[in-house]
Amino acid sequence: MPAPGPPLGMLAELTHRCPLQCPYCSNPVNLLKAGAELDTDAWLDVFSQAAELGMLQVHLSGGEPTLRQDLEVLIERLVERGVYTNLITAAVTLSEQRIASLAAAGLDHVQISFQGTNPETTELIGHYKGGHEKKLQAAHWVRAAGLPLTVNAPIHRHNIDQVEQFIDLALELDADRLEIANVQYYGWAYLNRTALLPGQEEVERQVAIVEDAVKRLRGILNIDFVTPDYYADYPKPCMGGWGNDAMVIVPDGTVLPCHAAQTITAMKFDKVPEKPLKDIWDTSEAFERFRGTTWMQEPCLSCPRKDLDFGGCRCQAFAITGDAAATDPACIKSPDHDSLLRIATRSSSAHSGDMTYRRIAAHKEPAS
Amino acid sequence: MRTRAIIEGRSQPALPGHTRLQFDKLRQCWVLLSPERVMWPDGISVDILKLCDGEATTDQIVRALAKDYAAPEDEIRQDVTSFLQEWADKRLVVCMNS
Repeated sequence: MPAPGPPLGMLAELTHRCPLQCPYCSNPVNLLKAGAELDTDAWLDVFSQAAELGMLQVHLSGGEPTLRQDLEVLIERLVERGVYTNLITAAVTLSEQRIASLAAAGLDHVQISFQGTNPETTELIGHYKGGHEKKLQAAHWVRAAGLPLTVNAPIHRHNIDQVEQFIDLALELDADRLEIANVQYYGWAYLNRTALLPGQEEVERQVAIVEDAVKRLRGILNIDFVTPDYYADYPKPCMGGWGNDAMVIVPDGTVLPCHAAQTITAMKFDKVPEKPLKDIWDTSEAFERFRGTTWMQEPCLSCPRKDLDFGGCRCQAFAITGDAAATDPACIKSPDHDSLLRIATRSSSAHSGDMTYRRIAAHKEPAS
Repeated sequence: MRTRAIIEGRSQPALPGHTRLQFDKLRQCWVLLSPERVMWPDGISVDILKLCDGEATTDQIVRALAKDYAAPEDEIRQDVTSFLQEWADKRLVVCMNS
């Protein structure tokens, strides 16, 4: 196989520690403790290697990345190397002073998640008292510091009727961009799907609201919409293709083709700094496994859409069918499409409010 | 409350704070970075973007490019205006006087 092109973007999960406990967290259900995290020098080395490789954007995420006291030093290194820095934060631990110091370090952009548009929903999901007010305050400080802002709204059954209010909130907070991201069901979210999955009617109403807002707010607010694929006809082009232009590094230095890749239980992943990032990107087994289209089986292999959506999400294919090389069941051509719809219908009508909140050791995976 | 920028002759376009235009040495081309988005503007687009400093008006940008490209101003005006409007609608260009 020819060597891949240089990567464009990296999601750097600096820590799994987080004051919030959202039941759809994209971190794995087996969370890493603070002691497993790469230290400052190791991250600095990773970021230098990434810049060398051609990385243009790094999304500093977690857990809650601002719990790392060395965040400013890491940002300075990235800025020095011409890499665009985006901070992805829950914002409940941000002080005005910290925001000023992050801005001084050269941070390019801040993305703040809102679990709801009112204190009740934000607290129900984040399990953190006073979180909503703190997020509003932090968002104002971010804008006052001259930093551009994205509001991130993860959508599920408990806030899908607040989509209009999320749009108003983004405008009120003077955000440039609003991300309406329907929860994707793997890891914690898969565990909590009966408490979180919205019904098809609610989803269709939401799509109409968002499509109207995108038109109405053209040139005023950028709205990125991550649709709920359980009710879709075709899958998402996950990660823009496996190992195509992006990678994820988790707190202990494990390098992944997508943030949920560790849910595919049979796969082995390499780590920095044990192995150079370039070798991991260019030739590691995990990145090569689903790169391009030659790994595909039918119906993907002969599908004219294979270069558009790359067979969809490998993690979802594995979660639903047990075969990571299968067609994503979100696709109408998948033999498992009906079973995905059945899961969605059954889960969304379950009316179970019980959620397993994201906590270290809150859930044990069965031994594999 | 913010309104949609409509590109006119007297508009003063600028690159907003969330974007960064830089030359990529590895790939040997210009790149515009913004959150979750990477754009690869072509030669003429880069020439337009470099003139978007928040001070020059669209009219001045058109005149400068017409001279550089030795092309009629009317032709250049059409291209520049539609390019800037498209980018303004994606909030990759903002106008200082609107």
